[in-house]
Amino acid sequence: MYHYKRLNSDQSFFQKIKNLDYILLTCILILSILSVFIMYSTDGGEFLYHTKSHLTKLVVFFVLMLTISFFNIKFWYFCSYFLYGVIILLLIWVSIYGIKVSGSQRWMNLYFLALQPSELMKIGIILCLAKYYHRVSVEKVNSFTSIFFALTIILIPIILVISQPDLGTSILIALSGLIILWLGGVKIKYFFFSFITFLISLPFIISNLQPYQKLRILTFLDPDRDPLGAGYQIIQSKIALGSGGFSGKGFLKGTQSYLDFLPEKHTDFIFTLFSEEFGFVGSVGLLLLYTVIILRIIQIGSISRSSFARLFCFGFAFAIFIYITVNLSMVLGLLPIVGSPLPIMSYGGSSMLATMIGFGIVMSAKVHNQQTIA
Amino acid sequence: MITRNFTIRKSDIINRRMFIIGAAKLIIFGGLIARLFSLQINDNKKYLTLSDKNRIREWKLPPTRGNITDYFGNIIAGNLKVYQLHIIPEQVENFNYLLSRLKAILNLSIKRIEKIKKERRQLKPWESLVVSENLSWDQFLKINNYLYELAGVKPVMTISRNYPFSDIYTHVLGYVSQPSEDDILANEIIKEKFVPGIKVGKLGLEKTLENDLIGVNDIQRYEVNAYGKRINQLEYQKGKQGTKIRITLDTEVQKLSAELLEGKAGSISVMDIYTGEVIAMYSSPSYNPNSFLFGISTDEWQLIRNNPLKPLINKTLSGLYSPGSTIKPIVALSALENGIIDTKFKVQCKGKIELYEQTFHCWKEKGHGYVSLNNAMKQSCDTYFYEVARKLGVDKLKITAEKFGLGKKVLGEYFENEKAGQFPDTKWKINNLGKGWVLGETLITGIGQGYIQTTPIQLCLMTAQIANGGYKIQPKILTDDNELTSEQVKKAMLDSKINDSYEPLYDDQKNIKIVQEAMFSSTNEIMGTSYKSRIDDPKYQFAGKTGTAQVKRISKRERELDLKTFQIPYEERDHALYVAYGPYSNPRYAVSIIVEHGGSGSSAAAPMATKLFKLIVDRHQYRKKLSDYKEFSI
Repeated sequence: MYHYKRLNSDQSFFQKIKNLDYILLTCILILSILSVFIMYSTDGGEFLYHTKSHLTKLVVFFVLMLTISFFNIKFWYFCSYFLYGVIILLLIWVSIYGIKVSGSQRWMNLYFLALQPSELMKIGIILCLAKYYHRVSVEKVNSFTSIFFALTIILIPIILVISQPDLGTSILIALSGLIILWLGGVKIKYFFFSFITFLISLPFIISNLQPYQKLRILTFLDPDRDPLGAGYQIIQSKIALGSGGFSGKGFLKGTQSYLDFLPEKHTDFIFTLFSEEFGFVGSVGLLLLYTVIILRIIQIGSISRSSFARLFCFGFAFAIFIYITVNLSMVLGLLPIVGSPLPIMSYGGSSMLATMIGFGIVMSAKVHNQQTIA
Repeated sequence: MITRNFTIRKSDIINRRMFIIGAAKLIIFGGLIARLFSLQINDNKKYLTLSDKNRIREWKLPPTRGNITDYFGNIIAGNLKVYQLHIIPEQVENFNYLLSRLKAILNLSIKRIEKIKKERRQLKPWESLVVSENLSWDQFLKINNYLYELAGVKPVMTISRNYPFSDIYTHVLGYVSQPSEDDILANEIIKEKFVPGIKVGKLGLEKTLENDLIGVNDIQRYEVNAYGKRINQLEYQKGKQGTKIRITLDTEVQKLSAELLEGKAGSISVMDIYTGEVIAMYSSPSYNPNSFLFGISTDEWQLIRNNPLKPLINKTLSGLYSPGSTIKPIVALSALENGIIDTKFKVQCKGKIELYEQTFHCWKEKGHGYVSLNNAMKQSCDTYFYEVARKLGVDKLKITAEKFGLGKKVLGEYFENEKAGQFPDTKWKINNLGKGWVLGETLITGIGQGYIQTTPIQLCLMTAQIANGGYKIQPKILTDDNELTSEQVKKAMLDSKINDSYEPLYDDQKNIKIVQEAMFSSTNEIMGTSYKSRIDDPKYQFAGKTGTAQVKRISKRERELDLKTFQIPYEERDHALYVAYGPYSNPRYAVSIIVEHGGSGSSAAAPMATKLFKLIVDRHQYRKKLSDYKEFSI
């Protein structure tokens, strides 16, 4: 019991409820409800498997998010390394016993959910590095050992995820990690030089890519080179978006998705369906909603007293921004197709779980924003 | 304190850096919105079109062919509703069970079942599979009774070609069937309108007039999903039936022709001597064109193909025959025109003449004695025409013969299988056989034997042009509302002042008259070769010329035996021919009859003319009424 008392602040349960961030909560709720309607549309206007499953997961994970937010931010601080370690173990476990689907081994079967540990790692890496930079003093940030450790923390999961293989998620994990390095104060010139090095080594990286990944890049550069094969997804996606027009074709009237022209409409291409049915207005509205969420998270970060909470919030806000940017750029034909879901909107338990955990910790930071961590 | 300062400094760094990426975020979101704007607002039209192209698919249906009618508007090639049975495989629960049920209901053969199974493997599950193209009404009813337990079975009503008069028009109309690859490649219009189930003309007018008859496809617009499955129908665009075509033939006369030639191989053609309209054109035996619509059975096809009377050959247009004595009017006319003979010119017939170390026989062994032109024509004296031909020469004869249409196609633009025949002369023999012309050949050409080959329709045209007073006419098989009626043409030909548009084939019309009179004698005077077939009633009275064409050279021994027709093997019997026109006092129609291996023209062919002229003349008033009405309405 002592342990329990130490980790929790002296706020009562009702005070905590009062301290919840209702702007963020409202936004998440709107997003969730929207996503259920869109999922209903992907099922052809019927209350079928995807919609039911999505709704169930939303309810469960929303409760989980609230639960997480009642734990003191300090608790999450203590758990950070541990959680990171657990996820690393899960990644290793998946690489050995995981379920193989269309050539990549990313999932572990939990019966109620096919868990994708790499999705959880998106949050895990932020937690872990936030704690790391919370502890490293400003002077030592740019020392060789500290950068070395930080990079190791990033590289271990990336190697595991790339070997699944899953380039998209590993890039997202890398970006989420790097942003904490940036926020933590690593010198700009290091980033600059790394970026130059990256550009130089790009040809070597490309030559080492899997054939399907190369194909995706080629297809991105010219989707019309094989319109029925690799270019099909992006062409159909653009057609769906473009034909949506200013106000869209109307709810449940998106012909591209209704007639199955859209690939992966439940998951990565959900935005296309949304945009086909609700048009430019709807899309900008959705983007605004996400912007509000991101800004609110940043705001919560900036009023947090501990660097850990601040780093986590900023990192998570950035991560969400990256997910959205990568997903939208992909469906808009601005980036090659890499598997990256749209937070909350896309069908898929792991991604939603990770996002909800993230929201939960942010909410916890808000509830316990006066908490200092030594 | 140190810790606190440290914390503040750290959060300063974090906040400053957050601000930098916050700005970057705004720029990137701005970029995304700009991209959305360009796709959804600027290029909206382009992508809407692409989206429609994606989801809307057109299905063409077979067009309805235009009807073909006879002169009086009776449909001779029409369209009939047929009942078909389709299966939609994806709606079937147990395919094999369904087939066994259908097999029991429709009496399908095992072969057919195997074929259906094979076809099913080649189709997408939602594409309909045709089990039966032509169900009888009883079968259709039966299927409808069982329909509740036959999931996936679809009775369909569609339209198919139909020839109500069965075989009497086959050689004129041809028939339709599924297009072959060659049909599609040869005709752009078929290629454009092709859909599974379309039928195109394979022969005759159905083929030549394909582009008019074919019509315009019905078009169904469906919304389809990404796999091409039809989701719902958006639009049904009605096509257009092909052009209706009215031909010049009279079904009644055509029917009688078929009746007269029943069981025989031969041809009957009837032509309007003024307009050149073909009134009847029947080649016997014929076959049923309806058999080809849904694919003819092998047995039936073999039966048609192996029939010794050769039903597949259109004898009227592609049968090549020696004209025999039916050429004599032309020989006489040519000799008169060239001033070789006159009506008083006489030849002594002793039954045969010896010339150039050869014996040339007259058909009458005892000979005709001294005969003039009229008598020679009447009795068809060969010796007379040997002498005339000898004096005339084959080259001059050919000029006259060609003027009257021998050696040239008559309806060539409508019938691909028509033959031109040939009328030989000295040049022709050198060029084609490499040998010089022998005078003896002139003699046998004079009685229509030897190298000369004619089609029945040519003989009909020849007779028509003699009958109308020697004017060139253009034979027709399609009606044309803008052309003159028979009456108008007749008037124009008789009125020498305005007859520039009708090219005379004579130098002196008196000669034509002489030949006409000779043909009259041949039919209507005692001793005439077709005297037995005459009609005394001036309303029907006709003039004609018999012909008996040898199929093989008669040997000396055979001549001595003097066999009756029935005693000779079928293939060696003579062809019987008859050409005639009537009514004599006011000529209207020309007829040519040929009965293959029928024996003599006077006994086998001429009697048919008697029946024909009775009908043709009776039908004339109806025909006239129709053309007068047309004249009036213009």
